[in-house]
Amino acid sequence: MQRESDASVTDRSAGTQLPQTIEARNPGMALDMDWVMSAQANRSAIERRAGSIAARRSLKKDHQAAWLLKAITMIDLTTLAGDDTPGRVRRLCAKARQPVRQDLLDALGVGPINTGAVCVYHEMVPTAVEALAGSGIPVAAVSTGFPAGLSPYRLRILEIGESVKAGAREIDIVISRRHVLTGDWQALYDEVREMRRECGDAHIKTILATGELGSLRNVARASLVCMMAGADFIKTSTGKESVNATLPVSLVMMRAIRDYFERTGIRIGYKPAGGISKAKDALVYLSLLKEELGDDWLTPHLFRFGASSLLGDIERQLEHHVTGQYSALWRHAMG
Amino acid sequence: MTVKDILETMDWGPAPESDTEAQGWLEKHGRRFGLFIDGHWTEPGETFESRNPGNGEVLAHVTQAGADEVDAAVRAARRAQPKWAKLSGHQRARHLYALARLVQKHARLFSVLETLDNGKPIRESRDIDVPLVARHFYYHAGMAQLQDAELPDREALGVAGQIIPWNFPLLMLAWKVAPAIAMGNTVVLKPAEYTSLTALLFAEICTEAGLPRGVVNIVTGDGRVGEAITAHENIDKIAFTGSTEVGRIIRKATAGTGKSLTLELGGKSPYIVFDDADIDSAIEGLVDAIWFNQGQVCCAGSRLVVQEGIAERFHAKLKARMAKLRIGDPLDKSIDVGALVDRVQLDRVQHLVDEGKGAGEIYQTPCTLPNRGFYYPPTLITGLSPSDTLMQEEIFGPVLVSTTFRTPAEAVEIANNTRYGLAATLWSENINLALDVAPKLAAGVVWINTTNAFDAAAGFGGVRESGFGREGGWEGLLAYTRPKGKTRPLTPITAFPAPAQAKVDELDRTAKLYIGGKQARPDGGYTRAIWSPKGALLGHAGLANRKDARNAVEAARAATGWAKASAHLRAQVLYYIGENLAARADEFAKRIDLMTGKRGGAAEVEKSVERLFSYAAWADKFDGAAKPVPLRGTALATHEPVGVIAAFCPDEAPLLGLVSLMAPAIAMGNRVVLAASQPFPLAATDFYQVLDTSDVPPGVVNILTGFHNDLAGTLAGHLDVDAVWAQSGADISALVEHESAGNLKRTWVNNAAARDWFNAESEGREFLRHATEVKTTWIPWGE
Repeated sequence: MQRESDASVTDRSAGTQLPQTIEARNPGMALDMDWVMSAQANRSAIERRAGSIAARRSLKKDHQAAWLLKAITMIDLTTLAGDDTPGRVRRLCAKARQPVRQDLLDALGVGPINTGAVCVYHEMVPTAVEALAGSGIPVAAVSTGFPAGLSPYRLRILEIGESVKAGAREIDIVISRRHVLTGDWQALYDEVREMRRECGDAHIKTILATGELGSLRNVARASLVCMMAGADFIKTSTGKESVNATLPVSLVMMRAIRDYFERTGIRIGYKPAGGISKAKDALVYLSLLKEELGDDWLTPHLFRFGASSLLGDIERQLEHHVTGQYSALWRHAMG
Repeated sequence: MTVKDILETMDWGPAPESDTEAQGWLEKHGRRFGLFIDGHWTEPGETFESRNPGNGEVLAHVTQAGADEVDAAVRAARRAQPKWAKLSGHQRARHLYALARLVQKHARLFSVLETLDNGKPIRESRDIDVPLVARHFYYHAGMAQLQDAELPDREALGVAGQIIPWNFPLLMLAWKVAPAIAMGNTVVLKPAEYTSLTALLFAEICTEAGLPRGVVNIVTGDGRVGEAITAHENIDKIAFTGSTEVGRIIRKATAGTGKSLTLELGGKSPYIVFDDADIDSAIEGLVDAIWFNQGQVCCAGSRLVVQEGIAERFHAKLKARMAKLRIGDPLDKSIDVGALVDRVQLDRVQHLVDEGKGAGEIYQTPCTLPNRGFYYPPTLITGLSPSDTLMQEEIFGPVLVSTTFRTPAEAVEIANNTRYGLAATLWSENINLALDVAPKLAAGVVWINTTNAFDAAAGFGGVRESGFGREGGWEGLLAYTRPKGKTRPLTPITAFPAPAQAKVDELDRTAKLYIGGKQARPDGGYTRAIWSPKGALLGHAGLANRKDARNAVEAARAATGWAKASAHLRAQVLYYIGENLAARADEFAKRIDLMTGKRGGAAEVEKSVERLFSYAAWADKFDGAAKPVPLRGTALATHEPVGVIAAFCPDEAPLLGLVSLMAPAIAMGNRVVLAASQPFPLAATDFYQVLDTSDVPPGVVNILTGFHNDLAGTLAGHLDVDAVWAQSGADISALVEHESAGNLKRTWVNNAAARDWFNAESEGREFLRHATEVKTTWIPWGE
């Protein structure tokens, strides 16, 4: 197997006890077509596993509360609408800084928490960067002609650089679905490779738009190609496809990540996005994550939810946990 | 542990299911149970303890039924049966529907009680066992509803004695009770002594459903109760699920009693992974295969057979998956593996692994087992060979053994290298490979890219020493019905004696045995003269001995191509036999008349030709079915040949009888060893000349002549014979059934009842069913 940087791999495996913040970035590797083409994904079996995870693992009481708090720290609080304004984005950033009412945090006995990131379009990046100054919360920008990824290639690449320059520390790029659908894995690899290069120090999340890839096998193969090309995260969806994050798709992508780790020693992050709006759903995703990838991935450095309304439901569940009474949405600050 | 701590550890934490309701139910009964006979509870008598294997605590005291109580239960069932069978299918359907509804309404109580009693994880009893129970009653409510219209020629057997195991206590009850009562039988059911409680709760449900008293009777206790049921002369049918060892005992005990019998026994089911499989899914499948119900599953995929090139990576990934399994309190909702049913079972598994691990390398899930209760960690043993004990013996615990293969052909060879044949699993993303391998696996159930999938619509049951009979589907109803109509006793026919003065006016003719497509002299060198009633010497027939029987079986076993021949080709051969027989009709008619001293020869030959045509027609028309199982995909029920069938031919129609047995057998792809009519063997020996000219491949049909009593023991005991049909004029039914226990071959005996071989009932589906095994192949799909 060829790797671009064997040194970083060695560092990674030697440093298993190191804090997550210095997790080695994925240097990528040469496109290994044998590996890509050997990837299989049996839909029925995958659905059986995905369908049973919620019943196989159950979180109760304090454990449930703790896991929900963890989920909050993994949310990329997102607004991706045509009518976004600086005011709307500032409000969202404020929520990212203080996602849960202080009295609830006090009752739960935990210190301040914040969401994983705030995710916006390029034009909103400066506003978000300013609003989050000093918080340590990164700004993520969707990029490369989001959501369809069909604007001129040159401009898509330029867009990345612009967003990085504007202060985005994470870039959520969209891949060219047509490369997957036509089996042009080299083109996909080259595209993501160049985008990764353009990101520089900013982390790159590659959005596969799994709802448009036609099959789980394609999801598995596209996941591998993106990781080989240097993705820091692989992400399901833009939130704009008709089908967004699902558990079967998540299982396929997590298993691809695991396979990549087993062969290279590099941990790639995973971000399901779109359609995850209930606290219960978040727990199921985290259960699957712990089961399939393990505790190492239970960190915002390696897992994010792309979600806008999930936080509200989690807040209600946390209040229920604290008070024993079911809560209402309006009792929690909006984002 | 505070929320803050948990945020660091991200542990699962406890998620206990409450047992308050179930304990309350036990308390309500004073934790002492009598027997459920004739709709009433008896006073608890001599009792034994029923323990919770999860913690070893006593749950209740359950009555050990005695012979008198078994008898009372059988009498109650007998009394209730005629009236129950006389209800319309619809009326019985309403009762089954009520039972299904009540199981659902009490689903959680059943689930918790099952987990308390058995030690299986609550997730399984809640999400798998109990929903399948309800499904089984719903499905068979439908069967009762359709019985009058769809099964007008079949009727209930009568009283069924049902003995079930401890691994799926309530589910096995449902599999036994639902089809039995749907078809109008009444039952005496014995749950396993470790796990009686859900059966007792079910008895309550029967009362709640308004089931007429006596239709379901439940007697608890140990193996002695099972023996009493098996031996009871007023029982018409025994249905048993359990160990092959006990199955063999039951086969012998019921031999010659006329009791109908179905056995669902052990297994060592292969789990084949090809190198083009979805590896992660195949590994997850193993969790459902061997760590489902602590591996205490008769059809558990317990023998991993993985392609050599991926074996190392597969094992590494498998171990990583095993490390994630959670073992502990069965009532915890986040537990994957609970407790084994009893200390006895735990000791047995421990002992088997310790004694049998040999050169194998053992990996076990790293875990701390609870201090109390009977737990064994998920275990993988790699590096074993087929010759290792653990590759052959059923462990019935959470222990997976593994070996490798190189080619698809070798995978099949290894998979079939077992005495068992219950289930098989294979994983491949190549449809050509999967659908090529599935039919070659010796198993009643094959799962492609899935495992341990069950449904009431799909038949379940084994081949070889995994037993016989199917549960579920239309085929499952055969176990609880029989053709309508009265039988009359067979009148024995003896050979005509040698006359005082022999009359020999024809050229000496020596009939031989017909083995492997060749005429063969009897090994013993003995022959018997065949005389006409008027004292004419008709010829000599050989007396086949053990070695001739052995040679015939070997020839039949070797004729493997026949099963693979197309149905069209088999039809052509049968037509050709008919054609050639018709061409010599006069000669055969004359011979029959001379032998029997009657004048029906011409009609018999004509009917024989017709029958050959019938089965030529059937050869490509005894269709299987695509079962509507709850799955995106299908479960294909195919009619597979049984294999090598030894058939003892009747005397009433020496040619037609032989043809009536041979033709359905070979039409379905079996090879046969036919024991010709003992008094009138010459029609059979003439017949091999017809076979010789009809393109019948060597070994497909083998003909022996001689004494049925001598041959029956040899052929029924022969471990390479798959079925014996005793339609003989000699009284060999008991002998055949008894000797068949060796390899649990299928038997079809006449119990000394006569059959009119000219009748339409002596042809068709009934015969084809005996000539086939239903194999259910589950094929999920979806890209």
